[in-house]
Amino acid sequence: MKIDRVLLAHGSGGLMSQQLVEEIFKKEWNNSYLEPMLDGALLDLPAGRVVMTTDSFVITPLFFPGGDIGKLSICGTVNDLVACGAKPLFLSTALIIEEGLPMSDLIQIAQSMARTAREAGVQLVTGDTKVVEKGSADGIFINTTGIGVIAEGIDYRPQRIQPGDLVVVSGTMGDHGLAIMARREGLSFSTPVNSDCAPLFRIGQVLEAFGGNVRCMRDPTRGGLATVLNELARQSGRGIKVVEEDIPVNPAVAGACDMLGMDPLYMANEGKMVIVLAPERAAEILAELQKIDIAAEAAIIGEVRAEPAGLVLIETELGAERILGILEGEHVPRIC
Amino acid sequence: MNDKTYMKELLQEIQSYKQEVSLMEVCGTHTMAIARSGIREMVPANIKLLSGPGCPVCVTSQGDIDAVIKLCREPGIILCTFGDMMRVPGSESSLQEERSRGADIRVVYSPLDALEIARKNPEREVVFLGIGFETTAPTIAVSLEQAERERINNFSLLSYHKLVPPALEVIFSDPDIRVDGLICPGHVSAVIGLKPYELLAAKYHKPCVVTGFETVDILEGIIMLLHQMSQGEARADIQYRRVVRKEGNPVAVELLERIFQPEEARWRGLGPIPGSGLKLRSAYEFLDAAKKFQLPQIADLPIKGCSCGEVLTGKISPRECLLFGRGCTPLKPVGPCMVSHEGACAAYYRYTPAKERN
Amino acid sequence: MCLGVPGKILEIKEHDVAQVDVDGNQLDISIRLTPEVQKGQFVLVHAGFAMEIIDESRAVETMDLLKELQKYRELGI
Repeated sequence: MKIDRVLLAHGSGGLMSQQLVEEIFKKEWNNSYLEPMLDGALLDLPAGRVVMTTDSFVITPLFFPGGDIGKLSICGTVNDLVACGAKPLFLSTALIIEEGLPMSDLIQIAQSMARTAREAGVQLVTGDTKVVEKGSADGIFINTTGIGVIAEGIDYRPQRIQPGDLVVVSGTMGDHGLAIMARREGLSFSTPVNSDCAPLFRIGQVLEAFGGNVRCMRDPTRGGLATVLNELARQSGRGIKVVEEDIPVNPAVAGACDMLGMDPLYMANEGKMVIVLAPERAAEILAELQKIDIAAEAAIIGEVRAEPAGLVLIETELGAERILGILEGEHVPRIC
Repeated sequence: MNDKTYMKELLQEIQSYKQEVSLMEVCGTHTMAIARSGIREMVPANIKLLSGPGCPVCVTSQGDIDAVIKLCREPGIILCTFGDMMRVPGSESSLQEERSRGADIRVVYSPLDALEIARKNPEREVVFLGIGFETTAPTIAVSLEQAERERINNFSLLSYHKLVPPALEVIFSDPDIRVDGLICPGHVSAVIGLKPYELLAAKYHKPCVVTGFETVDILEGIIMLLHQMSQGEARADIQYRRVVRKEGNPVAVELLERIFQPEEARWRGLGPIPGSGLKLRSAYEFLDAAKKFQLPQIADLPIKGCSCGEVLTGKISPRECLLFGRGCTPLKPVGPCMVSHEGACAAYYRYTPAKERN
Repeated sequence: MCLGVPGKILEIKEHDVAQVDVDGNQLDISIRLTPEVQKGQFVLVHAGFAMEIIDESRAVETMDLLKELQKYRELGI
């Protein structure tokens, strides 16, 4: 009998668990670190400071235009490593699977993780699966932890941000958030917008050559651009001023946000970076970034100032300056 | 001429008016647009822009919110609501908190989505929380009309709809409120047309201009008001002509009149106003959730220190409330004006102009 | 109090439903409140409904507002 759904028995630690690991994960993620089947992976790291980061991924729907939870779980952690200035090397993963998940979905997710990891040049070296009862999870939850190494001369901590620095985004804002929003229950509309979900290691590669001219980098995921800018302003103790009309937003995202009473600056991105550059070589760096497809629409959106310390200002189309605050609570569609 | 140059010219035009005037925008979407674009800061100090009672979430009385909360706790109920109501605090809880405790509350974009939920869940009772003004009420009327035609028996409406003109009447007749001209709500007016404002303009000798929501629209609307004032005129006029017709939308009006009848409604901050709410006509009473579930009317309890009432009537600016930004923030709102995205306090808080930060 | 965006009618379907395009996004809305609407026209979309047909030709007069005001000023009114 062919088992086409994940059963609780797959998480029992017995034969079925072994089969699941052998036939899906080891097969898809095939690498020499997994082969010995030890309780952990033994890693040889190159010289440099080691960065470690972790993230958990929960998303409905599991498959969405532009990606799926598997791809997302690799990109999210890879991009956090890249934002720290590290070359991403190794990932671990833990999957919490809801009983009844179609086996074909699980295979597709595992393949997607493998493909994205290969693309990003990282290896999935250790993993764990648990199966929980129906209703205790939403299909599948995935955690990934990543390790990377920072090259000499790279330091992307926000404390390095100086007045006069320029703020760059690597592309349009809000695509992922909108692509997911469009598929919510009771809200469905069709949108040409795909999730921007992508591993951004190539942005890291481009920037590495410019050393200290890159001051800081962060990926504007949950809470969107506005939230990241506020984090950077607060942590650096500087002010950031951006110009609303210079921020790239896909017209379909802007239109749907107007319709739903939402704001692209607070919508999640999964394939974008906010980069702070020293002004001297900024134009050159921007031109280099624009040569890679994932940053073709990179743009300078503002600058760093001494004042107001810790706050973000946005210049409106009318020329007024107001404070761009952080997201409070849930960003829900509204009608009024 | 592009938008930006045109905007500059409009601003210059506004800056050429030297009289002291107070204009009130009575639509929360205007409040949001004005705050977001920075219009309030760009017009000269002699032109004061007040925010009126135009946010349907903000004017929903606390007693009514308590009643909704009581209802959503009933077993078997699916409560459908627009997103903004989720965080509004009643006297002891909010819909967001009730959902975390297990109430089945769904955020919808359209009342027709709520009807669809009713079709899909015939064994459950689906209640739509009807808030909003004349713009939203016809959309709900259509969903009721469909429910009746399709005999969807598990769908009902909790009607907390409000009508704009009776509230404007209250504001204009209050000697403590100084409003020289009215920026009238574009989308409400698309339904009700110009007539209600013509009556108001004539009775109180105040110019009224139905205005759209783009920055350019609002600047044009302000100029049209200022222009009338400088000519000593008090007409009702339409800036938002691409959408609003003088006669409004007769189909929507007919539908509203067939399904609803005006009744007294409780407004937060304004108190009860005769003829300012909408109740279902007797032929549609079977769709009335308050009757179906025998919901009692719950009294309003005053919230200590909260000045939402004064804010809603433009008597004080949000920043003049003692709780603003201290005990009351969008994350921990005390009054509804801070909770609703388009509430005057939330708009002022979220879009603080750079020069007023502290 | 009432968010509304312009949408272009792509197709009129059965039962007062029409498909509209809002800046490249497509959704079905009710045209119960604008029964006379035609394919290709723009409507104001609110809460899944076409609230009104948008007629840009009516807007021209307002766009000329400034010119008119300047004329007043030149006349010294």
